[in-house]
Amino acid sequence: MTTTTTTPATTTVLDASGVTMRFGGLTAVRGVDLTVNSGEIVGLIGPNGAGKTTFFNCLTGLYIPTEGKVSYKGTVLPPKPHLVTKAGIARTFQNIRLFSNMTVLENVLVGRHTRTKEGLWSALLRLPGYHKAEDASRERAMELLEFIGLQDKADHLARNLPYGDQRKLEIARALASDPGLLLLDEPTAGMNPQETRVTEELIFAIRDQGIAVLVIEHDMRFIFNLCDRVACLVQGEKLVEGTPGDVQADERVVAAYLGTPFEGAPGAEEVAEVEAAEAHAGTTGTAAPAKDTTPDTTSTDEEGTR
Amino acid sequence: MTMTTKTTPAGSALFALPAARHLTTAGAAIALIGTFLAWTWTSEFPGDLTVTGYPGGLQVLTLVGAVLTLLFALSGYGIKGLRWLTPGGANSPVRLAALGVLGTTGFTVGAIAVKLGGVVNLEPGAWVSLVGAIIATVAALGLPADQELDDTTRPTPLNRFVNSLRAPAPTRAKDLPNWAEILIIAGAFGVALHVFTYGIDTEYAELFIGYIISVAFGFTALTRAGLIARITRLTTKHRNVTLAAALIAAFCFPFTQQNEQYALIGANILIFATVALGLNVVVGLAGLLDLGYVAFLGVGAYAAALVSGSPLSPVGVQFPFWAAVLTGAAASLVFGVVIGAPTLRLRGDYLAIVTLGFGEIFRLTVNALNGVSGPDLTNGSQGIPSIPDLNLFGFDFGVSHTIAGFTLGRSANYYLLMLVFTAVVVLVFRRSGESRIGRAWVAIREDETAATAMGINAFRLKLLAFALGATLAGLAGTVQAHVSYTVTPEQYQFAGSVPPNSAFLLAAVILGGMGTLSGPLVGAALLYLIPAKLQFMQDYQLFLFGIALILLMRFRPEGLVADRRKQLEFHETGQLDVPPDVPLTDQAAGTTKAGA
Repeated sequence: MTTTTTTPATTTVLDASGVTMRFGGLTAVRGVDLTVNSGEIVGLIGPNGAGKTTFFNCLTGLYIPTEGKVSYKGTVLPPKPHLVTKAGIARTFQNIRLFSNMTVLENVLVGRHTRTKEGLWSALLRLPGYHKAEDASRERAMELLEFIGLQDKADHLARNLPYGDQRKLEIARALASDPGLLLLDEPTAGMNPQETRVTEELIFAIRDQGIAVLVIEHDMRFIFNLCDRVACLVQGEKLVEGTPGDVQADERVVAAYLGTPFEGAPGAEEVAEVEAAEAHAGTTGTAAPAKDTTPDTTSTDEEGTR
Repeated sequence: MTMTTKTTPAGSALFALPAARHLTTAGAAIALIGTFLAWTWTSEFPGDLTVTGYPGGLQVLTLVGAVLTLLFALSGYGIKGLRWLTPGGANSPVRLAALGVLGTTGFTVGAIAVKLGGVVNLEPGAWVSLVGAIIATVAALGLPADQELDDTTRPTPLNRFVNSLRAPAPTRAKDLPNWAEILIIAGAFGVALHVFTYGIDTEYAELFIGYIISVAFGFTALTRAGLIARITRLTTKHRNVTLAAALIAAFCFPFTQQNEQYALIGANILIFATVALGLNVVVGLAGLLDLGYVAFLGVGAYAAALVSGSPLSPVGVQFPFWAAVLTGAAASLVFGVVIGAPTLRLRGDYLAIVTLGFGEIFRLTVNALNGVSGPDLTNGSQGIPSIPDLNLFGFDFGVSHTIAGFTLGRSANYYLLMLVFTAVVVLVFRRSGESRIGRAWVAIREDETAATAMGINAFRLKLLAFALGATLAGLAGTVQAHVSYTVTPEQYQFAGSVPPNSAFLLAAVILGGMGTLSGPLVGAALLYLIPAKLQFMQDYQLFLFGIALILLMRFRPEGLVADRRKQLEFHETGQLDVPPDVPLTDQAAGTTKAGA
């Protein structure tokens, strides 16, 4: 597993500057700057409700940012999801949004939409290029299914896939639009450690194809293994950005997740008292979860994806 | 077909009955013999059931049902050469067929008694058939079930009865040589054409009701026997052959009709079915609920009527037919875009309300453009009458022609013309549905946000679907104007007693099966035939129709002709596309999780 960037001559793929999103009186995202360079995996972390998904939706055109601009490879993105995808940014969703009553192959073929041109007349009259284009699409889609290892399930309905495969299929569908940047919104939510590891390998493989990746995630071990750079959003603002090590060590990040230490921090006496009480109570008190790993489903996230 | 021996464990019978199979066979035979005897003494009951030795009218239905029961029962003995009849369940088809015979015979006996005033009017033949049917049914219920009750269902008598009518899906048949498979398809379409023609030709309501009972039970029996599944497999394998066979069967229909009235029913069904298929692009593929679709039919019909050269048309021109068709289609296209552009930004229910409004606005506007409350463009409620008959290449559609000994009347001529349009619409539906555009439509239907995130311009594609649907309706409208001589605003209502109206169109699509090719065609045929044949229930038509829809949604939400996708959507357990060797446990878990 490598975490070093591959090419010295990096170009900026995504450049978001001063992105602010207000819903009425609520400022969900406040002046966030973020750049993603080619061949880079950038992580976006933050506690629930920090505005990560809202920021994602601003990038992909689902929301029109109140202020700020987002540009992809030097051109400012139009605030329309389909044009953003056409420009070269593909995304997955936090809550899986496959076309559940289409087959696995059809799902990927839909992802090819922007990269194919065959219109209604071509389909109705079966114009010369039609079969060629259709065959090419299918071939590319099967390649992608092989890449994620679902080639044997091409004819299954997407809804019948196991959970992990559905996540993978969402990634394949996004890759079908030949993106230069892939946005992954919690790709490992609800996965077991084995599946998470497989996803990690998959993302590295995608990076190795020259696609930059921006990933939102709550699983810290996953994100610090994976990313070249991590940005932490807290209450709509970017708190810190840097290498995984820097971010992990940053006190403010820890504070954002775990809260600041109480001023009158418990002294040795109180600690001993609590421990005695716990020992007395027996086996009940096990370690509290160190990090918040529940998928965040705040109201703004729901709005953003519906 | 193969002679695979069934390995499905047979379930227990509803009740113990020794020699159930022998009794069933005997009962069916008795019912069969009864149909050759007189059922009543007077020919006052329609169909003349008084002749001995020559079954007529409703007796024929009982006869066919009894033969079917007999065949299935004999197949259950494992007689070589008959086993191909029941590749699915062996006993549930017998039960269903016997129930069908009982239903038809019982209905006939009841109808005779009511019509002629008492059971004294029944001759022994009727009793023989009825007793035979009862014996066959009771004995058939004593046959073992084809499948065990699943563990989750409580073994109440009702559940056990319902289960006894079910059967496992047939095993895969060995591939036959291509010519044999094509021959089977051709045969199936021949039978289908015959059954359909019989339904259209029913001369009185009793016969039609008996026909519906027989067809419903017969078809279900064939389904349970697994024959329908086998045929479906063949038709999906040879799709072009199937399409051609269907077209030829439809083409043959007017040659079987010497009665002008029935040929007209055929032509109207075709118009209705074509429009329903056009609506299926909008509703079934793109998922846009359009409640004012009939207005586009009206636009096309009015456009064609205005330029038809009718002496009463306010526009005094006569276009050649091809130009009139283009005018009608173009007018509908324009209206489709004009209505669609502002409303397709709405989703779901809002779109339904706006289109419902548009449908009514169309009718009211046409009513108002009468020269009094507006400019004279449509003659208002008078409509545009005396639309002249078409004359294409010297072929006058208004008069009868004799071709190879068959007389084709006016309606038959128009039927054949309409068939060309239907074929075009079928082709458009199939080709667009399978293309990149069709996939985008389905994606929008499934999840519009995700579809736009895949780079689909949802608004543009929805508008395309809407405009295409409108154009197809406009095409059909141009023929409809000529078939019905007159166009009036009242033909294009939201709900009315004559089928091509918005509510019936939508019902035909939903009843038949959304997103399928044959579904709307079947749905439209049923929805046109039933009101046309059962005049006496005209007053309750909408009421009965509502009940039928509720029942259908409860028991078969995917429609009569199920899309493979839809079937999976509504019946979680029937994972048809998962090969049996794949363990289902983790898949089921995945489905529940993904449902969140």
